[in-house]
Amino acid sequence: MGATPAFWLFMGPFLAGLVVFVYLPIAWSFVLSFNRAQNTVQPREFVGLQNYLDLLGPGPFLDSLWTFTVFAAIIVPLTFVLSLLLAVLLNQIAVARAFFRSAFFLPTACSYVVASLIWKLSIFNGVRFGLANQVLSLFGVENIAWLSSVSPPWYWLVLATVRLWLQLGFYIILFLAGLQRISPELYEAAYVDGAKAGWQTFRHITLPQLRTTSVAVLLLNLIAAYQAFDEFYNLLGNSSLARPPLVYLYYTAQSNQDYGHGSAGAMILAALIVLVTLAQNRIYGFGRPET
Amino acid sequence: MRQSGIPVTVARYAALVVATVLFLLPFYLMLRNALATDREITGVDWTIFPSSLRWGNVAEAFADPTANLARAMFNSAFIAVTQTAGTVLLSSMAGYALARIPFRYATPIFYAVLLTLMVPPAVTFVPSFIIVSRLGWVNSYQGIIVPVLFSGFTAFLFRQYFLNFPRELEEAGRIDGLGYLGVFWRIVVPNSLGFFAAISVITAIASWNQFLWPLVVGQNPSMWTVQVSLSTLMTAQTINLHQVFMAALISIVPLVLVFVFLQRYLVQGVAESGIKG
Repeated sequence: MGATPAFWLFMGPFLAGLVVFVYLPIAWSFVLSFNRAQNTVQPREFVGLQNYLDLLGPGPFLDSLWTFTVFAAIIVPLTFVLSLLLAVLLNQIAVARAFFRSAFFLPTACSYVVASLIWKLSIFNGVRFGLANQVLSLFGVENIAWLSSVSPPWYWLVLATVRLWLQLGFYIILFLAGLQRISPELYEAAYVDGAKAGWQTFRHITLPQLRTTSVAVLLLNLIAAYQAFDEFYNLLGNSSLARPPLVYLYYTAQSNQDYGHGSAGAMILAALIVLVTLAQNRIYGFGRPET
Repeated sequence: MRQSGIPVTVARYAALVVATVLFLLPFYLMLRNALATDREITGVDWTIFPSSLRWGNVAEAFADPTANLARAMFNSAFIAVTQTAGTVLLSSMAGYALARIPFRYATPIFYAVLLTLMVPPAVTFVPSFIIVSRLGWVNSYQGIIVPVLFSGFTAFLFRQYFLNFPRELEEAGRIDGLGYLGVFWRIVVPNSLGFFAAISVITAIASWNQFLWPLVVGQNPSMWTVQVSLSTLMTAQTINLHQVFMAALISIVPLVLVFVFLQRYLVQGVAESGIKG
């Protein structure tokens, strides 16, 4: 068999799938986004940019982008610092490293649905029970309605801790892999030059050597925050308190069967993520095909 | 690494132990509540241990018709297995073609695959749903499984892996008269089982835990996956708390088993891929 038929035999099924289930949907959605399409996935009436203008005017879609911004501003730095800290700690101990690593990694087996369930019905249940309120009552603090209190917005604490619990282990593993690639000779050389173990070597050796991993962790985190759906849907539903873009789109497309606006929203989100990817590719080259 | 003093070492371990307790606490709460009564979950007289362990809650969770737990577990297992097999087969072959089979238009095709990496599937669920509903696949296994099979990212990972596969092994096969398909199946795959296992474990876990897509496509209760079923239980009007926690506990058993037995591959896969939860 020649190379060309072999190439198509190996690549053909995959490529056909990409065309039907990735490119075609996006193209169809692009067409729909310029049409009125209520209760139907057929274009009904050309409305030009109206769907886009509706979404980008003041309203729930813009609010959802703001929700994402707040969420990313909370979760990205927290995840970065905590996973780096735990990875460094793990890397410094000699005994039981595998045990601690497994304990931190185990929550990644849980789905957001299961984690939201434990958070909502057990830890942060606001009515009269729940672990957080039980513990606070020991200090004489009144019950807190974690998911419905607006000022202060305690729901961010619930949302952030769910994600931290589920995701930290994954990023700890990435940082550990990065830490273990750093040559011990670098530290030895620094000690010879009089550097003290601790903050000095961390700042001047560990952090710069982890640059690749750090950028990957930040970007993966940002994209994961952008795609947040499961925990918001299960903890807050269609609440206007914090409705990220995918939750807004879900209710637009599923409950309202408004595929025109839904498609326009999907196009805007896709465009934003492509912009971010291209920007970071210019800065950093992550995902650039090596040869 | 330089030796540290005893106080520093103690402080490190203390910090790790505190973190471990926090990480394992939610598992304990799930287990405790699954084996307790509703009163013991919600009562003001909350205790760390329930008064007795009610193993009958297991049978009760399976008997509950709203949750449809047995059916949901079957759906999730069937979807996870077929999705993993399909994804690994399709993307390993595509990755191999991109890495090793010379073809005039391989570069533009590679860029077309890379392009799909940029837009994550969660962002394209509206367009994908439109195609699936045109195909009449809403509320069907193929509707949940097939659109997710074509992972540009997994194909990309396989390509990167095959680029580093030793060429001498393949050449030995070619001398023995094997074509591309023969070399792939008889030499490349058997010598890459660790990598295949790593990708399979990650894909299976992601598939078992996916929520948005099965929620959108599998609207009929008979098509619910275990995640959709749990979510419905959680927001139901009348809610049996111990049943919800028991169902959640049962839903994580397969994954905890995977973790215990296949953690090596999982860690390898995460460290190599750096993506996917």
